[in-house]
Amino acid sequence: MIDALRFWVAVALVALGVFFTFIAAVGVIRLPDVYARTHTASQADTLGAGLTLAGVAVALGWQHATVYTVLLLFFVFITNPTAAHAIARSAAETGVEPQLADDGSESARDLEPEPDPESSGRGGEPTDRDAGTGGEPQ
Amino acid sequence: MTPPLADVFLAAAAAFVVLAIVLLYRAVVGPTTQDRLLAVNVLGTNTVVVLALLAVALDEPWFLDVALIYALLNFLMSIAISKFTVERGGVL
Repeated sequence: MIDALRFWVAVALVALGVFFTFIAAVGVIRLPDVYARTHTASQADTLGAGLTLAGVAVALGWQHATVYTVLLLFFVFITNPTAAHAIARSAAETGVEPQLADDGSESARDLEPEPDPESSGRGGEPTDRDAGTGGEPQ
Repeated sequence: MTPPLADVFLAAAAAFVVLAIVLLYRAVVGPTTQDRLLAVNVLGTNTVVVLALLAVALDEPWFLDVALIYALLNFLMSIAISKFTVERGGVL
């Protein structure tokens, strides 16, 4: 009875892990730029690997090898989002442009900080960015 | 009636291998270095999970030692390559 319960719990955990890893693979293949791909890699892939390793630990039962599996689970849970964060930060510092919502190139140029001192020096028209920063137009 | 646990885990390992082969596409055609690095990182995590599944399915617990070392080296690879890409413009 308890063996059947353990069997089905392990199978359910491994099936959920395969499902989330499938989502991560679809995201890494299909999403448009490197930031969105790091997002899916840090969330869906960590959850998929963690659930599958939990299934392995449940299937092993009380052994020495279970300690290794739980250690591996905690290690993957800590290091996988850290690695994805390091990759996204490396992309940001080497100048990879994020792809924005409506029109990628135009919006990306709008968010550049270069024309900012000119327009603020003129102090004139309240644009979207001035409203966004919360400054009063006097 | 129910299949034995080893068959279920072997089937799950086969599914993970198929997903890893699909992820290889992004590692080959990824436009930036970080895309390739991310794909190899996810692929390494899949390899760790496949090793853990095979440790149960084939009843060889020492596969878990290999999986632990592989996870350590995978994390070190991601951190090192992303750091070198920023500081030196490449790996070398």
